[in-house]
Amino acid sequence: MTFASILIQLLNGLAAAASLFLVSAGLSLIFGVTRIVNFAHGSLYMLGLYGAYTLIQALGRTPLGFWSAVLLAALLVGLAGVLIEVLILRRIYRAPELFQLLATFAVVLVIKDIALFVWGAEDLVGPRAPGLGMAVEILGKRIPAYDLLLIAIGPVVLAALWLLLTRTRWGALVRAATQDREMVGALGVDQAKLFTSVFFVGSVLAGLGGALQIPREPANLELDLSVIADAFVVTVVGGLGSIGGAFLAAIIIGVAKAFCIGIGTVTWFGTEIVFSKLTLVVEFLIMALVLVVRPYGLLGRPQAAQRIATDPAPPLTAPSWKIAAIWLVLLVAVPLAADRYVTILLTDIFCFALFAVSLHFIMGPAGMVSFGHAAYFGLGAYAAGLLFKRAGLPMEAALVLAPLCAGAFAVVYGWFCVRLSGVYLAMLTLAFAQISWSIVFQWDSFTGGSNGVFGVWPSAWLADKTTYYYLALACCGAGIALLWRVLFSPFGFVLRAGRDSPLRAEAIGIDLRGFQWAAFVLVGALAGLAGAVYAFSKGSISPSAISIAQSTDGLIMVLLGGVETLTGPIAGAAIFTWLRDEVARRTEFWRAVMGLVILAIVLLFPQGLVGGLKALAARWRERPA
Amino acid sequence: MLTRNRFLAGTAALVALSMIGPAGAQAPIKIGELNSYKVFPAFLEPYKKGWELAVEEVNAAGGVLGRKIEIVSRDDNGNPGDAVRVAEELLSREGVAFLIGTFPSNVGLAVADFAKQRKVLFIAAEPLSDKIVWDSGNAYTFRLRTSTYMQTAMLISDAAKLNKKRWAIVYPNYEYGQSATAAFKKLLSARQPGVEFVTEQATPLGKIDAGAVAQALADAKPDAIFSSLFGADLAKFVREGQQRGLFKGVEVFNLLAGEPEYLDPLKEEAPEGWYVTGYPWSEIKTPEHTKFLNAYQAKYKDYPRLGSVVGYATIMSAVEAIRKAGSLDQDKLIAAMRGLTHMTPFGMIEYRAIDHQSTMGAYVGRIGVKDGKGYMKDWRFVDGKDALPSDAEVLKMRPKN
Amino acid sequence: MSGAVLQVEGLHKAFGGVQAVADVSFAVSAGEMLALVGPNGAGKSTCFNMLNGQLAPDHGIVRLDGRDIVGLRPSAIWRLGVGRTFQITATFASLSVRENVQMALYSHAGRLRSLLSRFGTAYRAEADGLLQQVGMLDQADRTCGVLAYGDLKRVELAMALANQPRLLLMDEPTAGMAPRERVALMELAAGLARKRAIAVLFTEHDMDVVFSQADRIIVLDRGQLIAGGTPEEVRANPAVRAVYLGGTH
Ligand SMILES: Nc1ncnc2c1ncn2[C@@H]1O[C@H](COP(=O)(O)OP(=O)(O)OP(=O)(O)O)[C@@H](O)[C@H]1O
Ligand SMILES: [Mg+2]
Repeated sequence: MTFASILIQLLNGLAAAASLFLVSAGLSLIFGVTRIVNFAHGSLYMLGLYGAYTLIQALGRTPLGFWSAVLLAALLVGLAGVLIEVLILRRIYRAPELFQLLATFAVVLVIKDIALFVWGAEDLVGPRAPGLGMAVEILGKRIPAYDLLLIAIGPVVLAALWLLLTRTRWGALVRAATQDREMVGALGVDQAKLFTSVFFVGSVLAGLGGALQIPREPANLELDLSVIADAFVVTVVGGLGSIGGAFLAAIIIGVAKAFCIGIGTVTWFGTEIVFSKLTLVVEFLIMALVLVVRPYGLLGRPQAAQRIATDPAPPLTAPSWKIAAIWLVLLVAVPLAADRYVTILLTDIFCFALFAVSLHFIMGPAGMVSFGHAAYFGLGAYAAGLLFKRAGLPMEAALVLAPLCAGAFAVVYGWFCVRLSGVYLAMLTLAFAQISWSIVFQWDSFTGGSNGVFGVWPSAWLADKTTYYYLALACCGAGIALLWRVLFSPFGFVLRAGRDSPLRAEAIGIDLRGFQWAAFVLVGALAGLAGAVYAFSKGSISPSAISIAQSTDGLIMVLLGGVETLTGPIAGAAIFTWLRDEVARRTEFWRAVMGLVILAIVLLFPQGLVGGLKALAARWRERPA
Repeated sequence: MLTRNRFLAGTAALVALSMIGPAGAQAPIKIGELNSYKVFPAFLEPYKKGWELAVEEVNAAGGVLGRKIEIVSRDDNGNPGDAVRVAEELLSREGVAFLIGTFPSNVGLAVADFAKQRKVLFIAAEPLSDKIVWDSGNAYTFRLRTSTYMQTAMLISDAAKLNKKRWAIVYPNYEYGQSATAAFKKLLSARQPGVEFVTEQATPLGKIDAGAVAQALADAKPDAIFSSLFGADLAKFVREGQQRGLFKGVEVFNLLAGEPEYLDPLKEEAPEGWYVTGYPWSEIKTPEHTKFLNAYQAKYKDYPRLGSVVGYATIMSAVEAIRKAGSLDQDKLIAAMRGLTHMTPFGMIEYRAIDHQSTMGAYVGRIGVKDGKGYMKDWRFVDGKDALPSDAEVLKMRPKN
Repeated sequence: MSGAVLQVEGLHKAFGGVQAVADVSFAVSAGEMLALVGPNGAGKSTCFNMLNGQLAPDHGIVRLDGRDIVGLRPSAIWRLGVGRTFQITATFASLSVRENVQMALYSHAGRLRSLLSRFGTAYRAEADGLLQQVGMLDQADRTCGVLAYGDLKRVELAMALANQPRLLLMDEPTAGMAPRERVALMELAAGLARKRAIAVLFTEHDMDVVFSQADRIIVLDRGQLIAGGTPEEVRANPAVRAVYLGGTH
């Protein structure tokens, strides 16, 4: 690369960083104060683009029209954020940790379908910014004038936010709440108002980030999820709640991507390295690296109290083996009574149930939330597929070895992850999942690349769907039983103890990390088993099994059922899978319907379905006779 | 206990729902269709309209084998695992005769493998992957749409004619982009020895950093560019490239960019002079197309996209296969599909017995801009059979079974 | 003082600019009750945290039975026979009182690594015995998350005792209790200390408790030891009176 191209790529990186910074700053603000992992933030960004597109058409392609449209769109998105906060999130602030994530996920589904309904499926290419449509020549290379403006907007917004946070009473409250939320409550500040205002500002930033992209990016329906992952990465790399950190991280990631592209293909020591392909994961590589070296991000500080407004986790009640036995008998009888498809759907549900229970094990009792649990599900599935297809092992052997392979990955990933806590830990698991995904996705000759592996079918004696149903029931049932058993063993108690008070655990001689690491490996292996059973039931396996979507599905299942109960994840897996199957068949706008159903559950049962039903049952029993 | 009762009730409902079996005897012939409607709505909404129109026409003409046809359509969520489950549901609960549909390659390939396992006919409508009929081809799977290789091959003669020495390549980083790139390099090198590929950019699907990519391509000082971008990536690339002067004095070839799905959103910024494959719907005057166009516009008050043609033709293939087979027996259907010829809006096509690929062609031309809109000019129709490799090559790629 | 269980020499710790502990040296011998007193922010808890490995001292030596334990993790120090309670209680909120104590007993016996056996079947009697001692047996089945503050302190003490400690570190063990209960609890600790030859180091703001239970007292002020000796000596020390007893506190 010549000096000129290095300079231009640097500017490209900075321009790309601008919007990323705005979105991430909003996310960081919201998370810092409310501790809500707001999935819907990307949807707000998307609405910013769509809103700006429509408003520019209405207000005209003049500089005045353009800029008023951009600002107006940002403000409207801010109002949408307020609406989400007031109508939904406010009702569930006291729900168990992360439960709000479920609500915001539902909002994502709803907004996506609303956008499809309102703006249609076609990409909407916005106009260039009036007066800034031309390019500026720098060292003989051309760069759009608008990009230079964006580069300037980043620091301006940073400065404005800094003033807002350091020079106003509101800012002082936000900073205090970011440090220690309970303290602010104690100071007698109206929390509801503070949260709403923070949501407004955060959402305006998301909307502005989106609206400003309209000359650079067509409004389309994929933006929500593609931007939310990036925004989380930036927020975490920068350090949660740190606006300056978000700025720094956005620049690092934006510039790193630009340079991966700029460097292109190079040959080092005879091997060809295609840097442009790294753009698929470079942000996650950076995040993994940063978190391993700095467990609280670049400019983040250890959270004063990880404790959120929630009460401590309630005690776990052991599963009733009698009820489990009844269920088992029922499930064994299903193929005799029901049609073939029920067994197929239930086979899926079994796999997801084990997947969800393994995730619950690590995020509930062990207190280590994983945003990348699909890594183990997917790697188990791939291990099964590759051992079967490439190594030529019999299907039975592949099924047995696959969990061990997934567990082996968990040995490596877990070793790093248990060194962190809270959202940082969660994001590191996500980073590892994405890195695994990108390798699987690109390693054509071995993993089949984006297509995946085919012809992964069970042996003849298991080929019949009913027989396979029993195999899945046996494998997943045994996996779940094992996890539950472990939960009530000394090992399981150590994990719960470590979640309740790491300080006390260490003080009574427990080397917590070792236990947590072992827990990672255990759940990794069992998620891998779920993946392997799944792979053989489908006959194929593709990278989507390791994708963020798969990880999110797991989280949704656990939260939907209720993270504080043992049977919750199973109920969540069953209901989520069944609902998706049912709803998708019945309506075209099935995503919105799913979203609304989840929202209804969230609002009616803030402890998840099983948790809520249990509470209801308890109230029923205690009512005066 | 309430919990348990609730669950039992849920299970009971599930079981009950599943017992609603297939309808009685002289019911319509059910065909199972699955696609990623919500993941790729821009392409699949027109596709759906296309097949709905075809079903209406077929049934108005009395159906096939004396029975009407009914499409049972499902959303596969763009996920191969879900797709296989949905396919199972279509076969075992809905009792469909066979399967059609799919869009992304990984879903298409997964369903193809499933069809092989279940020994049912599958007509892959949209997936472009070459593997679906070649490397991973199987006896039960047929593919309608002009494949990646074919579309690339269709552009080669124009590319070779220009005799440009330095080529830059940009492609979405997944199988479609990779195979397009591989095919292009192979075919062009064969036609034009000494051609040089000066840089290659693999961009994440849907997330291209267009400014940086345009700059990197410009730095390589290419004489020509081969791109397989589409959708939002294409729109971003076009805008950044134009603003940065990337395309000045450089010839650009872009697969698919002439399809209305991807060309129309560009509006007045459609890149003039690009060589593309696509669908100049307003200018095709063959009787078969005119008939289709009129019917489509009458029904939907909208013009067809390429997806509409694919959806329409898929139903035609399914119906003609049933007619030729004279029964819904899988072996007979497969036998009928092999070598099946029938009319489509793009003329006659044949499902080749050798690899189950249809010979559906595509339109090749250059992009022009008129009245603030992009269109295809200087276009010509290339028959699919002229864009396929030799039989010997095909046989080498396709597994024997 | 080679007979001392705990021997501390020249302990230092600074947080940024704040010198929390400066050049502190003292020793506790088996069966002895040593009170560490001082006004708020004097550095008492910081001292404790350095003794059980939670904080690394900037410099200084901590010897347990003659062995230097600086740099060991808290878990390792526990295994050497140190039990502690925290100023801000730390218990396992989702577990029952008995299970909390059983955790400590299992840990003491090195039996926590089992994956398949059922927790809670072993050491039940031992746990109940300890709970009886601290007066918590009647609440053994309650979850720690719902206990009153004073009761949590008792649970912590029972957990610390489960280790059959050589050294017991108690940071304000009676906070949250009624005056009469305080004396009773400290009498219990003192009795155990003597009977089992446990060295006890404790901090306490209630001077009645300190003067009635401690064998010796050391006084910390702004990180520095300013006095030490028997209760009578300390009571008479004018420096102590000035910074501490004579203050507004
Ligand atoms: N983690 C920390 N970071 C920064 N400063 C600290 C930290 N821990 C303690 N300090 C400071 O060190 C000094 C000593 O604190 P310490 O908690 O040891 O006092 P203490 O004697 O236990 O007080 P109290 O009677 O209130 O418990 C105080 O000024 C305190 O603010
Ligand atoms: Mg203290």
